[in-house]
Amino acid sequence: MFGIEPHMIEARGLTKRYGDKTAVDHADFTVRPGRVTGFLGPNGAGKSTTMRMILGLDRPTGGHVTVNGRDYRRLRAPLREVGALLDAKAVHGGRSAYHHLLCLAQSNGIPAARVDEVIGLVGLQSVAGKPFRGFSLGMGQRLGIAAALLGDPGTLMFDEPVNGLDPEGILWIRNLMRRLADEGRTVFVSSHLMSEMALTADHLVVIGRGRILAETGVREFIDANATSHVRVRSPRLDRLAPLLAERGWRVEAGDGDGLRVFGAGPAPIGDLAAANGLALHELALVQPSLEEAFMQLTGDTVEYHAGVPGAAAPAVPPGGQPAVPPGGPPGGAPGPAVPPSQPPNPEGRP
Amino acid sequence: MSHASPPTTASDAPRHGTFGQTLTAEWTKIRTVRSTFWTLLAGAVVVIGFSALWALLFTASYDQLSPADRASLGPTTPMQIAFYFGMVIFGVLGVLVITGEYATGMIRTALTAVPNRARYLAAKAVVLALVVLVAGMVVSFASFFVGQAILSTKDLGGSLGDPGVLRAVAGGGVFLMLIALMALGVGVILRHTAGSVVVVFVLLFVLGIVGGFLPGEWGATVAKYLPSNAGSAILEPQPGDSVLPPWTGLAVFALYTAVALAAALVLFQERDA
Repeated sequence: MFGIEPHMIEARGLTKRYGDKTAVDHADFTVRPGRVTGFLGPNGAGKSTTMRMILGLDRPTGGHVTVNGRDYRRLRAPLREVGALLDAKAVHGGRSAYHHLLCLAQSNGIPAARVDEVIGLVGLQSVAGKPFRGFSLGMGQRLGIAAALLGDPGTLMFDEPVNGLDPEGILWIRNLMRRLADEGRTVFVSSHLMSEMALTADHLVVIGRGRILAETGVREFIDANATSHVRVRSPRLDRLAPLLAERGWRVEAGDGDGLRVFGAGPAPIGDLAAANGLALHELALVQPSLEEAFMQLTGDTVEYHAGVPGAAAPAVPPGGQPAVPPGGPPGGAPGPAVPPSQPPNPEGRP
Repeated sequence: MSHASPPTTASDAPRHGTFGQTLTAEWTKIRTVRSTFWTLLAGAVVVIGFSALWALLFTASYDQLSPADRASLGPTTPMQIAFYFGMVIFGVLGVLVITGEYATGMIRTALTAVPNRARYLAAKAVVLALVVLVAGMVVSFASFFVGQAILSTKDLGGSLGDPGVLRAVAGGGVFLMLIALMALGVGVILRHTAGSVVVVFVLLFVLGIVGGFLPGEWGATVAKYLPSNAGSAILEPQPGDSVLPPWTGLAVFALYTAVALAAALVLFQERDA
């Protein structure tokens, strides 16, 4: 079992510049154990760069980041303290999954028996002896997660772990992260998929253009950055809308024959309709989604806007649920605001 | 009454053994990619094959050769020529063990497991050196014996007991090891397979030819110190004035290797992975 000391990631003034481009700008945040902390930001916001600095792969231009109070590069058996999945394709194509895990285990003094264990844990038994180059992205993700779990670490980091996974795989990762956090581990997971974060994260570190925009609970973040509204449907909207506006409530056209009313709960709206003898076909309080809160906060910090005006704010269907089927987002769906020519990790890497 | 023992983590574990662990991991890595086997096989085929081929051509045309040409034959001549064509392949292995990791992104996974980069590079170099030393010795002795077996059909063969021959043949294995290490340094510096292979090819093959065209006494001196000329001095049983003394030559080549590895280490530690 992993040790009992607090597993924490702490960044203080963490900065990374590539030439005159600042990828990460004086980032301060703390990732604590026992919960899933989402690292949320648009593509190119600096998420991967930050994670590479945490792992000692990239050297900060300024500031520092520690894992369990120490510089990652000073850890002697780092896989026993931090497990990370940054890039599922970062495996030698000619080496089998088993040997890939074996060499990682050996480098940290982890017994070979643990290799078989994690292979079983991620369900790769049948392909463990096959060269990695034949692996699908989903199999690669599972191998990456097996590598992250090798040393039974107290801290786990995943960079966009659901990318390229089918719904079953997404559910599996979601449950895994939940379980790891429930076991008291520190789980830090980046994503540009708000819907995914809303489902998995307890806590958020929000980044945009390299700056930390918020560090807060998911609920608090939504409450602070987006307002709820009431969806109203009625055959007499022509009469109802002016009455609502007279009360000083903001009224917006919803889809079809609906209205969106801001500034009042369902009760006063229903009372108003009843007092005027107007039938209501729907009266529903709509809680804002993480996506809406995120868009309001980062609307001006998205690095790569699509050419279509307004495309940076994807349509949110009624009900406030993000435009994603219940099974999760489609595998490998690119972020809403990235033109197709962008590489997966365009964070200032030349 | 008893205090809870302070929490221990893996990094509080004894220091000893960590380099051994890194070595074990690197050994697993080098033996579990097929490029290692194929590169060593290619090197063996070319070096042993050229040695045999040249010996065949020499014995076949011996009767037509001038006395001067006949006198140019030494016990290690076939393997010397074979080395010139085949040694670059051992450099390719040195390049591949690191550029293969850059090309696939494995380097980032590997450095997450071993963040101490000096330790990482040192373990890689040691494992590569041992593998190529063993393979290089086998190849060197095999190319010598194959060449001699063919030459002896015309009673032209020499033996390991001849002056300087054992040193030349065993030194050939060491030379191949140093070539692989120098190429490792080049691979770390350039991080790309094709570019690194070209540089190693230029250093070992092209420069040696260019050296032959340098004019005058000055040119001859410079030529002696060019990497392939300096290194292959060890293959001469009876070195003349045109090459450095064998151990001096090998030491000069080892120095080049050390410079390449030192530069590689400095860059490796400074750069983002």
